[in-house]
Amino acid sequence: MKWLLFILMLNLVGCAGWGVNPWDRDLMAQKSMQFGAESVDEAYTDHIYFSKEGSSGGSGFSGGGCGCN
Amino acid sequence: MKVLLSFLILWSVSAPAQPTLEEHRGKVIYLDFWASWCTPCLASFPWLNQIHEKYKSKNFTVVGVNLDKKREKADDFLSSQPANFPLVFDPEGKLPTKYKVEGMPYSVILDEQGKVIHRHIGFDIAKTAEYQKAIEEVLKK
Repeated sequence: MKWLLFILMLNLVGCAGWGVNPWDRDLMAQKSMQFGAESVDEAYTDHIYFSKEGSSGGSGFSGGGCGCN
Repeated sequence: MKVLLSFLILWSVSAPAQPTLEEHRGKVIYLDFWASWCTPCLASFPWLNQIHEKYKSKNFTVVGVNLDKKREKADDFLSSQPANFPLVFDPEGKLPTKYKVEGMPYSVILDEQGKVIHRHIGFDIAKTAEYQKAIEEVLKK
């Protein structure tokens, strides 16, 4: 019974390790994982969105999260 | 229990060797974390080759830590952009966890004792003078 309880509790913390490490972005950084096919067009749309809404992101990325490309 | 124990023993014996920087200990190390899918990493390689060549006689080395999950991807990258400095392959991400990598590429300068002296995120060709200054400061100590 104790073990069962332990396993159940373990399930509760199953999502605690969520999030992708910068070095694990391998698959997500690939072109096929982007929403749009044309990256320049995507960047343009994102720029307009940023200037209108004051926020950006959420539309995929190709970099490693350093904010420099 | 015996089965579990023998499984654990077998697992630990068959586990691949952990990536380590031991063979470079005693040198000033410019640790560069890179992967084949990271565009600025590609841009940083010519400069990394250059600084490795420039300072290697001063007890300095660049060590590139590749973080690709598949070795073939790293090899493809290296065939188009060769690295003239030592490389460590760390698909499991042990070293970036240890050095708290926050983005890619990521660079850490370690002194002779392995202490972190400087770190920066990303690679900007306009900031190479700044990176070089940080290396020279560690080498002067």
